[in-house]
Amino acid sequence: MTTDTDLSERLQEQVRQAAAAGSALYLHGGRSKEFYGRPCAGKPLDVSGHRGILSYEPTELVITARGGTPVAEIEQALAEKGQMLPFDPPHFATDSTLGGAVAAGLAGPRRPWGGAPRDLLLGVKMLDGQGRILRFGGQVMKNVAGYDISRLMAGAMGTLGILLELSLKVLPRASREATLVFEIDPPRGLQLVRNLAKRPLPITGAAHHGDHLYLRLAGSDEVLAGHRTAIGGEFSEKGDRFWSRLRDHRLPFFDDPRPLWRLSVPPATPHPIIDGPTVLDWAGAQRWCKTEAPTKELRAAVSACGGHAVLFRHGDRSGEVFPALAPGLGKLHQGLKRVFDPHGIINPGRLYADW
Amino acid sequence: MHSPDQSSQQRASRRKDLARQFCRILPTDSVLYHEDELRPYECDGLSAYRRVPLIALLPETIPQVQETLRLCRKLRLPVVTRGAGTGLSGGAVPHEDGVLLSLTKFNRILQVDVANMCARVQPGVRNLAISEAARPHGLYYAPDPSSQIACSIGGNVAENAGGVHCLKYGLTVHNLLEVTLVTIDGEVLTIGSGGLDSPGYDLLALLTGSEGMLGVVVEVLVKLLPVPERAQVVLAAYDRIEQAGNAVAELIAAGILPAGLEMMDNPAIRAAEDFVHAGYPTQAAAILLCEVDGTNAEVSEEILRVRRLLLASGASEVRTARDEAQRQRFWAGRKSAFPAVGRISPDYYCMDGTIPRKHLGQVLREIGRMSEEFGLRVANVFHAGDGNLHPLILYDANKPNELEQAEQLGGKILELCVQVGGTITGEHGVGLEKINQMCVQFPPAELETFHAVKAVFDPETLLNPGKAIPTLARCAEFGAMHVHGGKLPFPELERF
Repeated sequence: MTTDTDLSERLQEQVRQAAAAGSALYLHGGRSKEFYGRPCAGKPLDVSGHRGILSYEPTELVITARGGTPVAEIEQALAEKGQMLPFDPPHFATDSTLGGAVAAGLAGPRRPWGGAPRDLLLGVKMLDGQGRILRFGGQVMKNVAGYDISRLMAGAMGTLGILLELSLKVLPRASREATLVFEIDPPRGLQLVRNLAKRPLPITGAAHHGDHLYLRLAGSDEVLAGHRTAIGGEFSEKGDRFWSRLRDHRLPFFDDPRPLWRLSVPPATPHPIIDGPTVLDWAGAQRWCKTEAPTKELRAAVSACGGHAVLFRHGDRSGEVFPALAPGLGKLHQGLKRVFDPHGIINPGRLYADW
Repeated sequence: MHSPDQSSQQRASRRKDLARQFCRILPTDSVLYHEDELRPYECDGLSAYRRVPLIALLPETIPQVQETLRLCRKLRLPVVTRGAGTGLSGGAVPHEDGVLLSLTKFNRILQVDVANMCARVQPGVRNLAISEAARPHGLYYAPDPSSQIACSIGGNVAENAGGVHCLKYGLTVHNLLEVTLVTIDGEVLTIGSGGLDSPGYDLLALLTGSEGMLGVVVEVLVKLLPVPERAQVVLAAYDRIEQAGNAVAELIAAGILPAGLEMMDNPAIRAAEDFVHAGYPTQAAAILLCEVDGTNAEVSEEILRVRRLLLASGASEVRTARDEAQRQRFWAGRKSAFPAVGRISPDYYCMDGTIPRKHLGQVLREIGRMSEEFGLRVANVFHAGDGNLHPLILYDANKPNELEQAEQLGGKILELCVQVGGTITGEHGVGLEKINQMCVQFPPAELETFHAVKAVFDPETLLNPGKAIPTLARCAEFGAMHVHGGKLPFPELERF
């Protein structure tokens, strides 16, 4: 298996040809998030071969790797030095890539404390829709030279270009974490979490599933025992397994052909927002909901709370799976798309139907 | 050619005419157009650059900002938005043929939302005022730029302001949820949300640090964090700067994530000690301040580890603050480093490069060499946790050429930062000051992309024109100037 390959010239040539022919490309890495977003009719362009960790110095807290590098490879390299990707990327399949993880912009249960890909992304080398290789940001943590184009790539679903190289801030992994479990219904569980979130506790996960609230804390055994005495709950041996299964959607809740909605809301928004089985994560800020409610009704309910709803998995994916943008914002998005991809050949329709 | 009198008369009549037009949409006392009223707006925190605007406008409401921008667009008037004017890169220096849009009347905290741990504030609210309003609820706003008593949150958004706690708590961009933006067309846009993300491209990240070039921020929703139960600081002194640099690497490698990690070199230590008597060891080549925060139990454990590591790192002395008073004193020295340097030199010029930490020793040695070459003293303070270096160049503006010399030395230091893989500005912004060094940091295609991004928001380049992103022509000129050994051709020409 080749683990370090630079395909940037080949990819550049492919993009240039597509741009000249005006033919659309559909970017993919490990195809682990193919179900997410909208389908794209372009010719598949596999970027997973462009891979390899380019630099990683634990004392700088920065890793730079090619976009096609498997997330698992990165995580292993970091774990060997007691560090981690703080955004806790979901592994929906074993072969997800770093570029894909950042392009999708998704984050695991650690998100409210560890940040999202956009928070950790320090710089990119990218290939835009004209075949230009551009560098933005860098490998340092503080950088305000020029507009922050690199963070704009996080969550753009590849519609602005191919992420050839990414530099991310990494952090030390806590030497020990433990999970407290409380038997409690969702509304009261949410209330408890919001109260705990306001206190200076070393929380690194807070989710409600079924009849249980799961609270992950970091610290030494002594520190953790102290918190347990102060806030209650029972330590669970299965805690680690719960968090990874929640992150990767491997809990039985997610094994369901019904449409799965991701609701992103102000965290204290009362539960329920809409009828249907719901898992609450991110201390209330992200909720997974299976509902048969009409899309319009669901979106209106979530929007009334100050949040938005994404049709995450299943359901009708030919329409808009992301919520409509306000007209002024839509105009800015299309303008930015034209800056990076004037021919509209990179992942057209992957984010929104019209572009 | 007009005589100076004629042109100043013309300028006065143009001002009067504009004032009449703006008075139709703004209260009369929100329109300033007399030279003496405009003088206070001629510069920001970087006082070497001064220009008097054509007119200054101080709207009070969002609809007034909308109307103002619509009229500016119609009249093709450049607009420079200003918060508290504490910026250090000349980002708020007015355009002499344009409007200075001051948001100081937007000074209200609209809501502290305890349940959602956020605060909705107007852009003119001071950074520290947010934390003061949140503190009764056990919450605070994390980014703490050194000017936090005075600087406004709107300015913090424009510059992506940092502070001494960024390694653990992030920059402004990590602590915002939503901003309300008025475009140059006068349209109000909500960017971000009360949740942790919003659909589409991350415009919130794009706007943060955009130096007023893309729109006018009229409302900000910031995240609030729980006030840590306890914070504790350790001071370590070193005979060699390299030892201090290595100690930082060892702390990080050991998995410690300090809330604050600051370094000062000997000139900075001595200036600070003379000024506030923080108890710093004045013979040390460098000191490190390492703060950990969290719950009581966590801090007790962590501070022991930090102490042990620092003792093993070759420190000549390691002191743990005994109590809150001593902790405050340790920090007082660091926080007053800039004014302290101001006491030992008639003027100083503060730089803001960021470097990969491992190059610290090399960069400081090279700065020392350049300092000798230029005959100007340099004191260094360093946000060691995130590699952000603030060399303070000491000079005397009353001596012929010293300001120019200081600026040239500063430019060289920034180029050095780029050479070792860093950046020309970590947290102060490019503004007018570092616009030439942008040519060193970015090739033409990237600069063109920046201009194209700006054009999406501001097609006629009316918002803060001439700042932050240099034109390619300017870079060509700057490149050519470099060939001539740093001697500027056409010194009489205005350069911005």
